[in-house]
Amino acid sequence: MEQPFIVDDPSTDTFRINRRAMVDPEVLAAERANIFDRTWLYLGHESEVAQPGDYVSRTVGGRALVLCRDHDGTVRVWLNTCTHRGATVCRETKGHGRFLTCFYHAWSFDLAGNLTTLPDAEAYGPGFDKAALALKAPPRVDTYRGFVFVSYNPAVIPLVDHLAGARDYLDLVCEQSDTTMAILPGTQEYSIEANWKLLVENSIDGYHAMSTHATYMDYLITAMRKAAEALGEKLAPPSLDGHAHDLGNGHAVIEYTAPWARPTARWAGPLDPALREPLAARRAELAERYGEERARRICETSRNLFIFPNLIVNDIMAVTVRAFEPVTPGLMHVRAWELAPVGEPAALHEVRLDNFLTFLGPGGLATPDDVEALECCQRGFTSWRELPWSDISRGMAQERPGITDELQMRVFWRRWNQMIGGDPAAAGGGEGETPVRLHAVGGGR
Amino acid sequence: MSSSPDLRAAVEEFLYHEADLLDTWRLDEWLALFTDECSYLIPATDRPDGDPFRDLFLVQDDRFLLEQRVESLMTKTAWAESPHSTTRRLIGNVRAADAGDGAVAVQANFIVTRARQSTVDTYPGRYEMLLERGGPAGFRIRMRKAVLALEELRPHGRISIIL
Repeated sequence: MEQPFIVDDPSTDTFRINRRAMVDPEVLAAERANIFDRTWLYLGHESEVAQPGDYVSRTVGGRALVLCRDHDGTVRVWLNTCTHRGATVCRETKGHGRFLTCFYHAWSFDLAGNLTTLPDAEAYGPGFDKAALALKAPPRVDTYRGFVFVSYNPAVIPLVDHLAGARDYLDLVCEQSDTTMAILPGTQEYSIEANWKLLVENSIDGYHAMSTHATYMDYLITAMRKAAEALGEKLAPPSLDGHAHDLGNGHAVIEYTAPWARPTARWAGPLDPALREPLAARRAELAERYGEERARRICETSRNLFIFPNLIVNDIMAVTVRAFEPVTPGLMHVRAWELAPVGEPAALHEVRLDNFLTFLGPGGLATPDDVEALECCQRGFTSWRELPWSDISRGMAQERPGITDELQMRVFWRRWNQMIGGDPAAAGGGEGETPVRLHAVGGGR
Repeated sequence: MSSSPDLRAAVEEFLYHEADLLDTWRLDEWLALFTDECSYLIPATDRPDGDPFRDLFLVQDDRFLLEQRVESLMTKTAWAESPHSTTRRLIGNVRAADAGDGAVAVQANFIVTRARQSTVDTYPGRYEMLLERGGPAGFRIRMRKAVLALEELRPHGRISIIL
């Protein structure tokens, strides 16, 4: 008897997903064809190529790409492949120069993509069209507030429409700076031996904080208590309070108040008391500019934002930008960067770096435990035939699901389910290639 | 970096002692090797010469954070290291030189293996340390930087042990 991937029944508060989705190579193939080839994917940030001549290379949606800034200052994205015989034209993960040169036959391209020189060009006949052999861009490239996205679907809906309600949350993150936000040098580049969808769930999961991150919470409370005692104050019991929101198109966010400090602009122990006044001043500036309620959200609330299908922006104690790429059903590659306001005062900048590391990276006090949890899930999925269902129903009966509920994950899974089935409307554009049909799950009750 | 045989031998002895404390999970004793003002650093793999005050690192601990890290690693709820992994450290190519004020600058290569859950991860790299003379072990650590000789943290996915 055939089963669907998802059982979604609000009348009985039931939401289950079939674990086959986490282990089956056929499912990954369908995800590549129906999701990663059809929607917008996060590639990188304009600030990573701040100067004309800067370039970075990375693989997104299975394609090797180059993100660069040409000599006119225009941000460009190229497929990282020579138009001659296919070798990658950029073999460094980052660099700076005037040309991208394929070493195989020494064809050379400027960063605007033009084929500028090739050895023994005269050997080609009069019909040889050098202009047509320029580097090729992915079908669609667009940016929103410095975030660069690509799509391999020429008929994909406009990026701003795709981002839907997530735009306002990206705005909130970017409004921390009066000028612009930039990615800091240094990438946390790692892998997790687990299905990529587990990281989607984990990154917006408020429920696991107290159990998985018990040691981190102990650290946090110790640090805050120590700071409070030094000031002769009493530490209020730390709590996280907020809600999950469906932002449309599979994007979701949890937004909440938390006891920790934020470099823009919320003072709390163990920050240096000398920073109280500059943070209050910064907060007042933002209130002047955006109004009190908006300033409160910019400064006071934390948010874990998921932009379907491969981007997380966690604006917590610092801003992490995290992108991931499935490699096999049980392996993903992850890149994490820190986004910070350009020109931030040094004292606040140091606080930001310190916060980022203590919590949010693979060498921190919490992320290794997340990696452990995800890898344990993947090992548990070996018995998917015997125990096929995971439960994601938490908070279904709530009118306003909180951050420890699972609405945000259901938002992701509903969109995933819509796209994986090859629903032509799901990518917003009906054209393009015929979607892959994935047969529903058979057997394994 | 010039290195006198006597100084190098003394530093080697200290590094072997330190490695043994870490491999046997005697982390409190290891922590006692540090000075009150100290740092433990691991730069990002694509920014090995990074500045901890400007760039993103993998680990950037001061004394307080290092104490928290050690304390966390010894609890049962540090899931990534509970149960503890089995580690072994090989340290070589040691060089040591006087750095003024009684301090000693040390460079050494390391390979750390971590076995857990049927996989073995290998962390190769170079130590850059600033030691002070004194203490029961002969030296105290003021700055300890582990620069990974990796292009990215794959397949490890984490640095849940002390490198």
